Amino acid sequence: MDRQETKIVMAGFGGQGIVVIGNILARAAIIEDKNVVGMVCYGAEMRGGTANATVIISNDEIASPFVNHPDMAIILNGPSLDRFEPEISQDGLVLMNTSMISRDPRRSDLACIKVNATKIAHEIGNLRVSNIVSVGAFIEHTRLLSISSIEQAISDLFSNKKAELVEVNLKALHTGAERSTCLQPLDIK
Amino acid sequence: MGKKILLKGNEVMSEAAIQAGCRFFAGYPITPQNEVPEYMSRRMPQVGGVFVQAESEIAAINMVFGASAAGARCMTSSSSPGISLKQEGISYIAGAELPCLIANMQRGGPGLGNIRASQADYFQAVKGGGHGDYRLIVLAPASTQELYNLTMNAFDWADYYRNPVLMLGDGILGQMTEPVEILPYEPILDLPEKDFILDGCKGRDPRVVKTLVLRPAEGLVDHNEHLQKKYRRIESELSLCDEYRVEDADIVIAAYGITSRIAKGAVRMAREKGMKVGLIRPITLWPFPKESFKKVAYDTSQILVVEMSHGQFIEDVKLAIEAACPVEFLGKGGGWYPTEEIILEKIESMITSPVAAKGRV
Repeated sequence: MDRQETKIVMAGFGGQGIVVIGNILARAAIIEDKNVVGMVCYGAEMRGGTANATVIISNDEIASPFVNHPDMAIILNGPSLDRFEPEISQDGLVLMNTSMISRDPRRSDLACIKVNATKIAHEIGNLRVSNIVSVGAFIEHTRLLSISSIEQAISDLFSNKKAELVEVNLKALHTGAERSTCLQPLDIK
Repeated sequence: MGKKILLKGNEVMSEAAIQAGCRFFAGYPITPQNEVPEYMSRRMPQVGGVFVQAESEIAAINMVFGASAAGARCMTSSSSPGISLKQEGISYIAGAELPCLIANMQRGGPGLGNIRASQADYFQAVKGGGHGDYRLIVLAPASTQELYNLTMNAFDWADYYRNPVLMLGDGILGQMTEPVEILPYEPILDLPEKDFILDGCKGRDPRVVKTLVLRPAEGLVDHNEHLQKKYRRIESELSLCDEYRVEDADIVIAAYGITSRIAKGAVRMAREKGMKVGLIRPITLWPFPKESFKKVAYDTSQILVVEMSHGQFIEDVKLAIEAACPVEFLGKGGGWYPTEEIILEKIESMITSPVAAKGRV
């Protein structure tokens, strides 16, 4: 068995649902019988500062739970791009919420998924689902996990809260998948 | 196979305690173990147990003394500075031979330190911490599943030996989220009847649970000898250790808890580069698995101790291996943690060092 391990960092403002992204990816990984370790950065975080979490998904036993050089980064705001872009591993991938990030990646080796996540969430009618819009775009272009596992994870997570939350989050997921683009390193100037 | 659910280490330990029949929890908040009292405050009422947010760590440990004396499976948890506050109570509990579980999700010290993970409470955990000649059974899980399983076992060992058990985790283990298979509790030992508890003396002679022994004059000497006999018995019966690729290893990494897990990644990387590296990891820190360490030391050229402190665990490694091979060290305190790359770098430096060239001792 080839060892396949993907390290992902998620970052944005506190309140953008960073931890929920990690939770959904982790739950979907369990559904696919993969190993997973999640960490939420804790510390003397400031209100209005950046929040971040990491997830490692592997088909083998996961050693260190830390992610120092993520293979993929889901970035929901500008300050987080500044902070995490230099840490992404060589030839890695970055997903950018273009509603809140005004620049392109500085690195030319990164693949780049672009999604206007906050704007799409606003159109759907719930600003809080911009994180799930991003997950939709992320899964659409990386195929790291199957969309059905993600749907299942969303149902599991939200169903014991409010049924309509499942619906709006699934809509966010699919809209994000449809309305996103993925630029390969060569496409980015 | 049971259902796998996603929980933080702190929550995993709490759920395992509930499953194992723990029905009394007293604690006081401190990061990075706050999920434990949070989880317990929700779960204990559901299972008819008692949750108390005490006025202090000292009060919490003394409530555990009382709950255990009354016959309840009970626990408290805290993190480094809070565990220091509990030491007097822990000594009393050990002296009175009361079973309970104490969890320490270690953070950076000394003093109030910081809230990052650390392994600098090793001495306090395995050498005493409180006053008097006593021992705690000390466990060091490296994954949340192991934390779950060991928490259940801890209550059995505590009851079986009438001794407090310390779960020595750290901020990372407490905070990291992993899938855990929620297995139903089954005792791993034939547990003796609790013939010491204070549950009303109607129809029997009264019992006393105390630690002050003034009479007879030699009473405390006898009690200490009794305790020591028990500790020797625990040492002979309970010593757990995990080994990974040590058979042909030229260098064996010794690490416990979360550090051992990072070290395992380094072993894999070293093996991919053709270096013969293995890992030995104690699961019980007291009793220390001396025989396993000694055997490994006689079969390898060098041992590398990695820990998140400036060198505490290394002393037990050196004692255990009786100078059978040289011991190198990699570690820092205050919230530092090793990466797989840092460990690999150290291994590479050891392989090219003159000690390695000399071959086996």
